[in-house]
Order: sequence, then C-alpha cells, then structure tokens
Amino acid sequence: MSKFKKKKSGGLPPISTASLPDIVFMLLFFFMVATVMRENTLLIKNALPVANQVEKLDKKNPISYIYMGKPSENYKAKYGTEARIQLNDKFADVRDVAAFISAERAALREELIPFLTVSLKVDKEAQMGIVGDVKQELRKVNALKINYTTGVGDALSNIK
Amino acid sequence: MAKRSAPEVNAGSMADIAFLLLIFFLVTTTIEKDSGINRKLPPMEESEEDVIIKQKNIFTILINGRDELLVEDERMEIKNLRKAAAEFLDNNGDGSCSYCKGKRDPSSSDNPDKAVISLKNQRETSYAAYIAVQNEVVAAYNELRNRRALEIGPQKGFPGMDFIKMQDNYKDARWVGNKEKLKEVIDQIKEEIPQKFSEVIE
Repeated sequence: MSKFKKKKSGGLPPISTASLPDIVFMLLFFFMVATVMRENTLLIKNALPVANQVEKLDKKNPISYIYMGKPSENYKAKYGTEARIQLNDKFADVRDVAAFISAERAALREELIPFLTVSLKVDKEAQMGIVGDVKQELRKVNALKINYTTGVGDALSNIK
Repeated sequence: MAKRSAPEVNAGSMADIAFLLLIFFLVTTTIEKDSGINRKLPPMEESEEDVIIKQKNIFTILINGRDELLVEDERMEIKNLRKAAAEFLDNNGDGSCSYCKGKRDPSSSDNPDKAVISLKNQRETSYAAYIAVQNEVVAAYNELRNRRALEIGPQKGFPGMDFIKMQDNYKDARWVGNKEKLKEVIDQIKEEIPQKFSEVIE
C-alpha cells in the first residue's frame, strides 16, 4: 500500500501566507498615517455639502471649528429636531459663540491671533438662519476669517 | 560543549497583532475634510457713509426659502448662474478694461473693478443651496482670472498656468520657480479682477 501512497494526489499546493503580515502592515501604516483623531465627538448630524471651487485650509494658521446641524438620533428627544450649534463637545447657543472665540484666542500665541480662521462645518440640511446668526456673532467679536468647509464634488448636486 | 542556538521566536501571531491594530485604526479613522470656500466677513464698523453704487453695477442674487434663485429680478436655474455672473463681470460697459471680452452692454456693469455681486438669502434657505451659489460665484471669478492668467502668464515667464494652478504652486513648498515673481502676477490678477462680493444682512 505504501507504495501507492507516495504519489501525491495532484491537488493544488497550499497558498503561502508568509507575506500576509507584510500586507497587513502596509495597510496598517496607511491608516496610521491617514488617521486624524477626532477632536470633538459630534452630537449632531454633519454631512457637509460639496463644492468644487475650494481652497485648502491652511494648517499653518490656527483653526477653530464651529459645527452646526440637527441633533443626532440619541439627542433628538432632549434637543429637538431643529439645527443647533455645537462648540467643542457641547450643544451651545448663539450667544456662546463670542465666549468660545475669546477662549480660542486666549489659547493662542499673541502673534497668531489675527490669523485665526473659523471653520464652519454645517450640515447641508441646516437652514441659513442659524448660520447667519453665527456669522453675525463672529463679526461682533471681529473673527472675520471664515471658511465654509465642504467636501469636493459638483456643487450643483446640492440643489435637487 | 554542545553549542546551543537560541530558539527562534515564533512570528506566526504577528499577523494577528497587526490585524488587531489595523482594525483599530480602520475604525477610528475619519479622513478629515480640510478644504472649503474661504470668505472674509465685513467688519462691524458703524461707518454708515452709504457708498453709492450704480444699480447697473450690482448683480443681485436672491435665494428664497425654497432654494429658488432670483437673479437680477428674474428667475434663474442654478446651472446658468455661473455664465450669467461671468458675463456681468466681463461686460466692460465703459470700455476702460482692456482685457475684458464682454458685450459692452451699457445697461450692465462698467468694469470688473466696479462690478459688485450681491447675495441675499432668507432664514429658511438651505445651507446646501447657499454653498452652491457661493461656489458658482467664486467659479465665475475664477473663470475670468484663469483666462487672464493664461494671457499674461507667458509674458511673465509662467506659461500654461491658470490662476488656480498659480495659487497652488505658490502654496506648494516643493514647487521650484520664482515665487516672488509669481506672487506679483497673482496680485496683479487679483487687482484686475477683484472679488467684490457682498452679502445682505437684515
């Protein structure tokens, strides 16, 4: 019998998985490099609109983020369904914007203060009323450099 | 004495460890969006000396609560806005603009320096529509600036670069070329076709 066993059954040889760790490491490094840890936990829906005439936000200058949008599912019961402002990790009122900006400024070196850019991350379903109010508040505290942060894409697709 | 070689470390579980890390980073990754439309808000000064601008030099855009556009008192589809705005800016009614190619319609803007685009929105306007309009207006300016850049670029030693490309190159640290000269060209174009874009605030 052993005489016949010697002959291989002719099946495929097993695929070598020796390079699997290398592939995984490659992916791992990609994600490690591309990852930006979220500074704020979002309490709101924040699907940004798209535009194609965009400029890169200059990372050299300090940036403050103001989020606006409808509260996400978990917070609907407490905060309603109207678009709200989120500053840092909390829901905020329009009146809090001024205090937020001065707090952001206080954390900066003095020579950088005039370069502070406010990035408005607004959900595309939000209405302009709240955005206009925030802009007005920003004018009051003289934070005039703003950026409507958007995705990249065809802007006409925003309007259905 | 028998030479005992150090036992080899089993690397079989390396893949598992790497997978673990990979999955962690996959889950936590959010590719942060860091581009957008830059704007400058007008300062809150109470200098209420009304600047008188001729009606024909103002291009009014109104977005109502249902995201419909009213441009120069006529309804317009958003897809036509870019062309209309570019035509308005490029009109060259008084003939003082040597690089304009507009129709020289006397009832439209005098020259790009005087032309103002005014945007008004209502509280119910959706942010998406507002961004779309902002985008189209910026696109109209960029269209003219690109055209101008392709005209004067070759004379200044930057052939085949439109305005967007010039700005990108200016910001790009790896770009080899005379940045000071490029800055001059960019500033010249910005001056020739200034973005005079105002928003109405009630």
